[in-house]
Amino acid sequence: MHIMEGFLPVAHAAGWWAASLPFLVAGTKSLKRIVMEKPSARLLLGAAGAFVFVLSALKLPSVTGSCSHPTGTGLGAILFGPSVMSVLGCIVLLFQALLLAHGGLTTLGANTFSMAVVGPWVAYGVYRAMRGAGASLGKAVFLAAAAGDLLTYVTTAGQLAWAFPDPQGGFVGALAKFLSIFALTQLPLALAEGFLTVLIMNALKAHSADELRALDILPAGGIEQ
Amino acid sequence: MKKQTLWLIVAVLALAAVPLFLHRNSGDGETFAGADGQAEEAITKINPSYTPWFKPIFEPPSGEIECALFALQAALGAGFIGYYFGLRKGRGQKAA
Repeated sequence: MHIMEGFLPVAHAAGWWAASLPFLVAGTKSLKRIVMEKPSARLLLGAAGAFVFVLSALKLPSVTGSCSHPTGTGLGAILFGPSVMSVLGCIVLLFQALLLAHGGLTTLGANTFSMAVVGPWVAYGVYRAMRGAGASLGKAVFLAAAAGDLLTYVTTAGQLAWAFPDPQGGFVGALAKFLSIFALTQLPLALAEGFLTVLIMNALKAHSADELRALDILPAGGIEQ
Repeated sequence: MKKQTLWLIVAVLALAAVPLFLHRNSGDGETFAGADGQAEEAITKINPSYTPWFKPIFEPPSGEIECALFALQAALGAGFIGYYFGLRKGRGQKAA
């Protein structure tokens, strides 16, 4: 999902920066509030960021014969809400842009929008909807993380198709091309991200239930199945 | 619970291993190239006249160094997660 440095026209690069900025501002406020009001959750917040670090560094082979990576933003979005992940995701993308020439500074706005805005909001929305409909924690976490992962890559495909419409097929033609590169490759990886996020949520349930109760993931005082 | 953990790990490993098996005979050097790079190629095909207007400030001088930096990224994340669970587990045992 990394759009390479300089690979978006100036107007698009600037536009995506402008689109991401409000989320980064809101995320910074949300981050401050969590650190102030829930000091016991600070370490878990760090762990949620660390999860993004690990997963976005793992380039895995896919059935399409190409490689891509999960994002890891679903976990933090479920635990702390989607705003916070805009900031944490952007930090990871900045690290990769500066040290790995992976993504870039001009495309950081667009990449932040796909991985750190759309992904976390989709994950959060799916999680809330599933829980509201009475789904178990495991099922909700799996679907939320997988959907956030997949939609991140669909967003990237849309961003590229918008910037580079096909001479014949226009936006739709280009979208089909970019979706075939990103979305198909990402399908199995999205499942992997869903499984990994359930895995770590189970570990949190076993060893960090107090924090999950403080964040309303587990009901206060009760034991959730 | 323990059984579920095992199945989750098996599922993730299978998702990573099956593609390797499916494409085991297509060793044309392009197999398992990064999707980001393929998108870059697609852009150049759609719009051959497009020239990137900004270059990365720093690029890893070789693939090995790039790997090292990716490993560093993963290690930092995994290290912190290990620290977190170690701490929580230790506290749980102390309280018990």
